[in-house]
Amino acid sequence: MLALFENPRLRGGVHAEEHKVETSGLPIATDMPLPKKLYIPVQQHVGKPAEPLVKVGEKVLKGQLLAYSQGTISAPVHAPSSGTIADVLDFPAPHPSALPIRTIVIETDGLDQWLPLQAPDDPLSLPAEEICALVGAAGVVGLGGAVFPSAVKLDLGRKNKIQMLLINAGECEPYLTCDDRLMQERAGEIVTGIRLMLRGMHAPEATVGIEDNKPEAFIAMREACAEFANINVVQVPTRYPMGWDRQMLRYLTGREIPADGRATDIGVVIHNVATAHAVYKAVCLNQPLISRVVTVSGGAVAEPKNVEVLIGTLMSEVLDFCAADKSRVARLIMGGPMMGDALPLSEVPVVKACNGILALSEQDIEIPEVKPCIRCSTCVTACPVGLLPLEMASRIRASQLDAAVDLGLKDCINCGSCSYVCPSNIPLVHYFKFASGELYKRQQMEHKSEQTKRLIDDRNQRMERIRLEQEAEARRVMEARAARAREQELAKLKAQQAQQSISEPTDIATAEEVR
Amino acid sequence: MSIKPISGPHVVAVRSVDSIMRKVIVALVPATAWGIFLFGWPALYLCAVTILSALLFEALCLKLKGVNAGPYLRDGSAVLTGLLVVMTLPPWAPWWIGVVGAGIAIILGKQVYGGLGQNLFNPAMLARVALLISFPIEMTTWVNVEPILAGPGLLESLSITFSGLSDLDGITGATTLGAVKTGFSQHLTLPGLLHEYSGILAFIGWERGSLGETSTLLILGGGLWLLREGVIQWHIPVSLLSSIALLSGLGHLIDSQHYLGPWAHLNSGALMLVAFFIATDYVTSPNTPLGQMIFGAGCGLLIFIIRSWGGYPEGTGFAILLMNAVTPLIDHYIRPRIYGRYRNGKPIDVS
Repeated sequence: MLALFENPRLRGGVHAEEHKVETSGLPIATDMPLPKKLYIPVQQHVGKPAEPLVKVGEKVLKGQLLAYSQGTISAPVHAPSSGTIADVLDFPAPHPSALPIRTIVIETDGLDQWLPLQAPDDPLSLPAEEICALVGAAGVVGLGGAVFPSAVKLDLGRKNKIQMLLINAGECEPYLTCDDRLMQERAGEIVTGIRLMLRGMHAPEATVGIEDNKPEAFIAMREACAEFANINVVQVPTRYPMGWDRQMLRYLTGREIPADGRATDIGVVIHNVATAHAVYKAVCLNQPLISRVVTVSGGAVAEPKNVEVLIGTLMSEVLDFCAADKSRVARLIMGGPMMGDALPLSEVPVVKACNGILALSEQDIEIPEVKPCIRCSTCVTACPVGLLPLEMASRIRASQLDAAVDLGLKDCINCGSCSYVCPSNIPLVHYFKFASGELYKRQQMEHKSEQTKRLIDDRNQRMERIRLEQEAEARRVMEARAARAREQELAKLKAQQAQQSISEPTDIATAEEVR
Repeated sequence: MSIKPISGPHVVAVRSVDSIMRKVIVALVPATAWGIFLFGWPALYLCAVTILSALLFEALCLKLKGVNAGPYLRDGSAVLTGLLVVMTLPPWAPWWIGVVGAGIAIILGKQVYGGLGQNLFNPAMLARVALLISFPIEMTTWVNVEPILAGPGLLESLSITFSGLSDLDGITGATTLGAVKTGFSQHLTLPGLLHEYSGILAFIGWERGSLGETSTLLILGGGLWLLREGVIQWHIPVSLLSSIALLSGLGHLIDSQHYLGPWAHLNSGALMLVAFFIATDYVTSPNTPLGQMIFGAGCGLLIFIIRSWGGYPEGTGFAILLMNAVTPLIDHYIRPRIYGRYRNGKPIDVS
């Protein structure tokens, strides 16, 4: 009744219980003690893993390059503090599987000594290419969680002549307030970062979208942008998943990104607000991305707060710093409670993607039993993409993957809104993730069978060719033999004729004529 | 800490099937209570018999199915079905009408399809239509308004419900829609035909009719509360009621002697109950807002057609069942537009 006519720019979404007040009023803690050991995975971004260039036993300074970027879509990693390289080994990754990945271990020396930095005198007058190069060299990636290398995005923006830079400060996930605090405390630096991005892409204007549950951040950002007419700061309604960049773009501009395209197709590049801050540090201070603000919260955390954490710090140490009660942790999550990953252990490093560490207690995650679907279509209303979750799930239950794809399975963004609102507590998004996995598997199988078919075809062709060659060879041998036989015959005949011509020469002329 | 891989969302909204069912029942209580007040103890007995047998049939089916019946009985869906069935019955109908109605609704309407959420037709409407066709006398015996204290006493009422009415004359009459239909067959015309009809009394519900359908006011109130609670959406009630109002208004304008006006239509029969509580049944209505509008408008159109030109005075049951049958078709064709795509599924072209 309230939403009599829904805003066409704002489809779907849910109002999740926010749990943001626990941390949004507290300043970012920058006094976390330096860990004894730092574990820096070489793959903290989308793309190819970085290649280590340090050796075990080598001394490194804070900010020193540890592993260099490989290929066009990749990002380097740097030393978060000074110390000695203790090891380069396979260490559990902050991922639901906790499978080991290549990790550089630094034993810190407690000096926290920076590499000499060469900050430019006037960063805002640097050429665009140089800004992008600095951002790339600093290992800046999208800090909203997608961790796409930022320099690649900036280059893409410059090449596509974009009209607008959208700064995503939605932070729609419950519990998380790291972007909120960052805007409240470091708005000026963020705005400088935004101006650098604009310059790096030759883009005319930027819009910052902030959910309206962060009024302090909004005011701070608006004040910081007051003198720059080309940077708009606007409030957007608080409704998860507003931080889905495409949703925010639709709300702010009314335009949609084509299902098979990117934001640059419609002249927009979208960056996270924390990324803008990292860009500021990378260009103005020449500091690589070696730390980030992490929200530590949840029912099992006694002192929830935002902490500036060095990349590579073990999550267990961060939890200890916030006085988490380990015995009460029912689920450990990296990211927000809607789309974050549940981690099987806390001895994994904080990485660039980690915007939150949530130690949820039993009460926080209490999920009642699953009941049959009553087709209430609340999930249809909640889906920001415009899918029919209940229909897709029933198809997947019946193993009709193609029917589910036909209903738009591949457009699902796994935001979990449908699962969140389902009164029967059906794990809808689990079905979709499962089905996507099955599709992938099927694709691999098809690929494999195609490969096999190609190999068989190749073999058959090869065999045929060999057969033909052998036949040709045999024919040639036969012909050669026949020719030889004919020659011998001819020679014999000639010899006979020669004998005859001696006896009766006139006959030869006659014989020649007949021929 | 768990070892089993889990994926998000790690939190859920506090909203359950049980609470939805409870809210719908609560929204129906005033209209039911009004019916009991209006028609006395027999109405109360019929309510008890019907709801209890609905629960019994549900338990029986679940037992046959081999599942633990407890949680399913507690979810309130069987009570709700029983309540909706009894609300559409004549208030002094004999007990077995209630039992047969509950049986049809629960067994044929719901459990043979596979239980909650699986049925094609609205169980309560299926029961009503089946009863109407099978037992036309019992289903069209409309008792006069006899408020609970003025009517038969507790014991006398028991005999009315359990051994039937002996003398119908004098205590029964026709409903508004029934009177109109009969009047037309006797070549009477409208304004005169409804000389005892009062629009206000019909709105409040002081008139003959089914047990829980007489009071437009109370049903509307319950329905609006459900809307506010977010249990139902506006699309079906609004499209259904406005299509009826529009069509009857048009008919009345063209030929006021043979077509009831919108006010009489909206306040008669099962219309309000159907618009807010039956047509909005999640299981048997379309998924999408547009689909729901089509569904509602279709119901309205069919109700108007049956009421105006059909053989039955009231057409809501038939209309709902017919539109229920169309629902899968509507759901197949009416789908929401997917982000970044046109309605036909092709990606948006920006070049």
